[in-house]
Amino acid sequence: MAHFFIREKKLSFFVEFPKMGRADLRDFKKGIDESFKDFTREYGEAIEHFFDPLLYFLVWLEKLFLNTPWPIIMVVIAVLVYFGSRSLKLTIGAVLAFLVIGYLDMWEDTMATLAIISVATIVCISVGIPIGILMARSNRAQTLITPILDVMQTIPSFVYLIPVVMLLGIGKVPGLLAVCIYAIPPIVRLTNLGIRLVDKDVMEASEAFGASYSQKLLGVQIPLALPNIFAGVNQTIMMALSMVVIASMIGVKGLGVPVLRAISNQYLALGVMNGLAIVVLAILFDRVSQKFGKRLQAHTESMK
Amino acid sequence: MSDTKVAIKDLYKIFGSNPSSMIDKVKNGISKSDLLENYGHVLGLDNVNIEVKKSQLQVIMGLSGSGKSTLIRHINRLIEPTSGSIVVDGEDILSMNQTELRNFRRSKASMVFQKFGLLPHRKIVENVSYGLTIQGINKKEAYERSNQWIESVGLNGFENHYPAQLSGGMQQRVGLARALATDADILLMDEAFSALDPLIRSDMQDVLLSLQEKLHKTIIFITHDLDEALKLGDNIAILRDGAVIQSGTAEDIILHPADDYVTDFIKDINKARVLKVSSVMTNENSIKGPEIQDTVIIEDALQTVSKSGSNGAIVVKNGKKIGTVSLTDMIMAIARSTKNTDSDTVYR
Repeated sequence: MAHFFIREKKLSFFVEFPKMGRADLRDFKKGIDESFKDFTREYGEAIEHFFDPLLYFLVWLEKLFLNTPWPIIMVVIAVLVYFGSRSLKLTIGAVLAFLVIGYLDMWEDTMATLAIISVATIVCISVGIPIGILMARSNRAQTLITPILDVMQTIPSFVYLIPVVMLLGIGKVPGLLAVCIYAIPPIVRLTNLGIRLVDKDVMEASEAFGASYSQKLLGVQIPLALPNIFAGVNQTIMMALSMVVIASMIGVKGLGVPVLRAISNQYLALGVMNGLAIVVLAILFDRVSQKFGKRLQAHTESMK
Repeated sequence: MSDTKVAIKDLYKIFGSNPSSMIDKVKNGISKSDLLENYGHVLGLDNVNIEVKKSQLQVIMGLSGSGKSTLIRHINRLIEPTSGSIVVDGEDILSMNQTELRNFRRSKASMVFQKFGLLPHRKIVENVSYGLTIQGINKKEAYERSNQWIESVGLNGFENHYPAQLSGGMQQRVGLARALATDADILLMDEAFSALDPLIRSDMQDVLLSLQEKLHKTIIFITHDLDEALKLGDNIAILRDGAVIQSGTAEDIILHPADDYVTDFIKDINKARVLKVSSVMTNENSIKGPEIQDTVIIEDALQTVSKSGSNGAIVVKNGKKIGTVSLTDMIMAIARSTKNTDSDTVYR
């Protein structure tokens, strides 16, 4: 039967999908590429300068981490972990993990990764929370932004690396942007969700006592949404960490670089060691931020 | 004008996609069900007129869906009316801009909610001082003033607890203290005690009445519980399908129910506890017995009379005799009406 259909020319419509002509398609793609290149030539430099402050901050932080003697960094980490989590066990674990990382000659890369993750998290929080608030405030903003977030989370990272690299070249800033594009959706979503979930009765009471918009936002909505917002921050950090290898492909220093080298040269030990260092960072960030988030909800506990 | 605090005039509220287009139909007397069926709009309030006197406790009562919570939210404009006017102290609430409205809510009318509406992340003292801090009063002064109110609702010692650590009754005391702390003249209470169990509810009613004796606020109290309405209200308005079907004192409503709906409502009420002897007083001179003040409720009068063994009592006002009551009249007044007695015998 099948042979019969294929032989019949009239029925080719059913066998072959009607597609755009080869030349048309090439021109179509070329047109898009050309116009983006034009855009890059026109505005590339301006956009690069726009991100300069971010670059300076990242470079400064990286230098700070690398030039500070390691014992001081260790103390700072221990103090931060302790005040974040109030757990002695976690603090000792963190110090031990960093000692092993340093002993296995991964200190510099770890510091570089720490720097980019910190900057990426700061950027994501300072951009993501306001967007989340905007989404919570207006349903139109929510319907507009939600599909964009879906795209940002599902599109393969390599795809948006192409325009980012075309626009900004290879380096720290495009790497940082790639990380942020991937890591920002959870903080936006959970800020929006958290604010929308705030008890309507409490909001009404606040309104009835004559609270202004900012008094409602800062006094009621944000504090009550904080557990959700914090879950968002936690997720954002995790996703940023998972991007370090891809970011290293476009010139970001850190633990991703040796992993990349290990992939191309089949160095098993190098790959595993650096991979595990990323895991250690992830677990530390996760545990500390979760414990901190839980402490913010002290009021939900009933009388002891 | 003189002692009217809150005047609600010709108030209509229609819920739906285009309420203002429906207002003429409603004013021409379309029924609630017709409006919903044919035009997809819900009639929330239907020509409500209520005048609340200064320092009075006005109860608005109705069953769920009668529009009572909608009505109280109009007074501080948490809900915008479709048509009508609301005047407080000679000032039209509806013509206020956002800033004026905010100031009105901060200093003139405070509110107590059925579900308390406390801020769960703030301590009791912070909750009570919420209205004050919103006004920009500094923390120290706000806490000092709040502590007085915490004491007056009987919660001293709990200042630094969180709401979740308190029982429902205690949480509503916090809600009451928070509303009182702003020193607003008008207190809006939306089913404030409905979420509490009967004993605690009765406690809270007593707290409210004793505070009112000292404070003389203008209170608008929403409830679905007739016993509560009769106990608290200087004046009671009964709401049904968004319209006021009767308004008057507790005695008015019990003695002269406006229609079958109200009659049905009051059939299970302990009338002896509401009616005063003056309402069944006659000028029968043959009756002899102990002297009773005219404001004494029948429940107490019956006890006095039956203890004395006489067939009635002499009613006095300011030390002067103004009439008499007979034992039979008092018993007749508190007995169930004939209609309901009949239906009871059918079912029993």
